[in-house]
Amino acid sequence: MWLIHSSVGRKVIMSVTGIFLVLFLTFHSVMNVIVLFSAEAYNSVASALGANWYAVIGTGVLALGFVLHILYALYLSWLNLKARGKDRYAVTKRQEGVSWSSKNMLVLGIIVFGFLVLHLFHFWAKMQLVELQYGHGWEAAGFQNPQDGAYFINASFSNPIFSIIYIVWLVALWFHLTHGVWSSLHSIGVNNKTWINRVKCISNVYSTIIILLFIAIPVYFLLGFRVL
Amino acid sequence: MEKLLNLTLKVWRQDGPKAKGAFETYKLNGISPDSSFLEMMDILNDQLINEHKDPIAFDHDCREGICGTCSMYINGHPHGPDSGITTCQLHMRSFKDGETITVEPWRSAAFPIIKDLMVDRSAFDKIIQAGGYISVNTGGIPDGNAIPISKWHADEAMDAASCIGCGACVATCKNGSAMLFVAAKVSQLSLLPQGKIEASQRAKKMLSKMDELGFGNCTNTGACEAECPKNISITHIARLNREFIGAKFID
Repeated sequence: MWLIHSSVGRKVIMSVTGIFLVLFLTFHSVMNVIVLFSAEAYNSVASALGANWYAVIGTGVLALGFVLHILYALYLSWLNLKARGKDRYAVTKRQEGVSWSSKNMLVLGIIVFGFLVLHLFHFWAKMQLVELQYGHGWEAAGFQNPQDGAYFINASFSNPIFSIIYIVWLVALWFHLTHGVWSSLHSIGVNNKTWINRVKCISNVYSTIIILLFIAIPVYFLLGFRVL
Repeated sequence: MEKLLNLTLKVWRQDGPKAKGAFETYKLNGISPDSSFLEMMDILNDQLINEHKDPIAFDHDCREGICGTCSMYINGHPHGPDSGITTCQLHMRSFKDGETITVEPWRSAAFPIIKDLMVDRSAFDKIIQAGGYISVNTGGIPDGNAIPISKWHADEAMDAASCIGCGACVATCKNGSAMLFVAAKVSQLSLLPQGKIEASQRAKKMLSKMDELGFGNCTNTGACEAECPKNISITHIARLNREFIGAKFID
């Protein structure tokens, strides 16, 4: 199977799952900013998704995307460490034009994953998971309305520590994306001499837009505003 | 006359492939800034021979930047701190008086050390043997311009063909990947009509040989391009990816 046994094949998996996750982030960030304009509109999106079959399937596919991306990242890093050999250089210097994030994608990925667990605990475990477990019986089971997304946003971000943690997380994600977006295109062969600088520029702009959309919410809360 | 340089050299010494290596420090005085780096190494070796010590083994051949034999990792850069040149084209004017210069061999699992600063780069030959050629019946002498080739294709192929196979890309890559080398060798042929026929086979054969020999997976850091003595662009890697993926989809 060339997607496992060849280096380019393994990179194709990283690239395709990466692009898929970027598309998810795009949807997620756009959905999020709605809450800044109207908590009701946001909640209607949350209930439109909820634990409906399409949202559950979507979550499953998304989880698969994450798992593949992470497993391949670990496998590739291990192979690359082996290829580098046991002896290290005594002196290493940074090359001009080589971004810091490109050499630290695994570290950035681990940071992003760590915060992702916290994030799932904050939101997913209280929303889709509760709905899956109890359906309409959430009230009897003693839970907050799982479709009241705005409530959970308020609850988490009212604590400035969590707002700051989320900002740190998003900055790490921004570094990860600035390399990830253009690199994923390069890995599947979508690049040439004319386009390489354009692709890198588009990658930076796109990552920045996504992260700004995300970061707007914790910043909004840090400035003292609330969504409810 | 320019001021002569007094230098301290930290050089990796290793008796053989299996032996344990270590840095040795040498003092070297009165080096002209006009001398090349390899001339400086020759002077150091003369000094070592006069002291009845084992001279430092290092690879060198043409000393004009076209053979790709010289290979030294100098102060954290393959081929030294200057860009777009090989070690033999590096001059001592790039260094300051009193400076400590650290000289290491290429370090990569696929390039085992033979002795001191010499590494075994025959893995590159094996990659070329796997598909870096074209199969033609030579016959008589063909007409010079019988096959039209656009200026763009000729330029792009020539840029790729400027690869001298020195291995600086592998040496600097944090993943020990040979993608820039393989991409250049695939591109120089697949861009031209003579090499197009075997293009997809070539991409598959050379890439799987690269993987088999224990080189790493490319993560597009671009360090190879920055250190390449011939400034070969990583966009050739995108072309290799494209050809390999295309070939696999056709299969």
